[in-house]
Amino acid sequence: MSAIPTTLRSIAFAGFTIVSAIASPKTFDLQDPKGVNAIQFKLDSILEPIAGTAGAITGTVTFDPAAIEATNGKVSAAAASIVVPNAKMNEHLLGASWVDAAKHPEISFAFTSLTDVKSAGANKWTATAAGQFSLKGVTKEITVPVSLTYLEGQFGTRLNKPELGGDLLVVRGEFSVARGDYGIKPGESEDKVAPVIQLTFALVGGAPKS
Amino acid sequence: MHSPTTPDEGSDPPPPTTMDAWRVLVRGASVIGILFVFSFWSAKGYNRGWSQNQVPVKNIDPVTEIEFTTYKKRFIPGLDYLAGGTALGLALFGATFLRRRSHNPSSS
Repeated sequence: MSAIPTTLRSIAFAGFTIVSAIASPKTFDLQDPKGVNAIQFKLDSILEPIAGTAGAITGTVTFDPAAIEATNGKVSAAAASIVVPNAKMNEHLLGASWVDAAKHPEISFAFTSLTDVKSAGANKWTATAAGQFSLKGVTKEITVPVSLTYLEGQFGTRLNKPELGGDLLVVRGEFSVARGDYGIKPGESEDKVAPVIQLTFALVGGAPKS
Repeated sequence: MHSPTTPDEGSDPPPPTTMDAWRVLVRGASVIGILFVFSFWSAKGYNRGWSQNQVPVKNIDPVTEIEFTTYKKRFIPGLDYLAGGTALGLALFGATFLRRRSHNPSSS
């Protein structure tokens, strides 16, 4: 008699566990083992634009495909990882009058939710992330248009270990900031180097199968 | 017959033939230098931007389709290299036209 309720209870528990596992938000680590993650920047300048990358990306994004609006996270780049092709220019960029990597080693963007979420295809969305952007010790509220791509089951495949399972989340975005707002030569040399820094990022986060 | 050299004679400018040979040598070196700078700059791809110590290389991650940049250590001369090298060559070339002020004790 009591065998049937026990079986039902077991099935119900298993179902609940599966549903919970599917529906629960996952945390994606942005420290990519393949070293793909970077923030690219560009400033118009005389002769040619100053373009480079900031690698050494760390941080996490918490994402639930069933509740995109609740996506939140923090992305950080090591200021010392800024690279431009010209060595002298690189030295200047890391120096005290520009990003001052020694005193302010981290450039970061933290956001707590997404707005204007729109589907852009299967497992793809566009949205706006509002959060705090920190550069050279100055933190300001900004909004960043982002696109999200959820690659279910691709974590292991990407590492040539399909048995690992796990998911990937790709976050892309583009925004610009006024360098003067962050204490980078405010109002200075604007005829030589543009006052606006254009930033582009394409980041992948991995969530191994737990 | 040669007369013994006095200290005054020793500070005189070198004979015109020696000075001309020195000028010709430096002018030649300047022209060769400028030509070398131009040839090196053009052989490395006529880079009309700043010189590069490392070259960005674009790559694409096949799974995520993220385009990412890696850097390859290589020197690519830019317009700053061309301008600097040419200016140095021209300065050397121009310096050969400067005349050494002649020291003539009898005129003082």
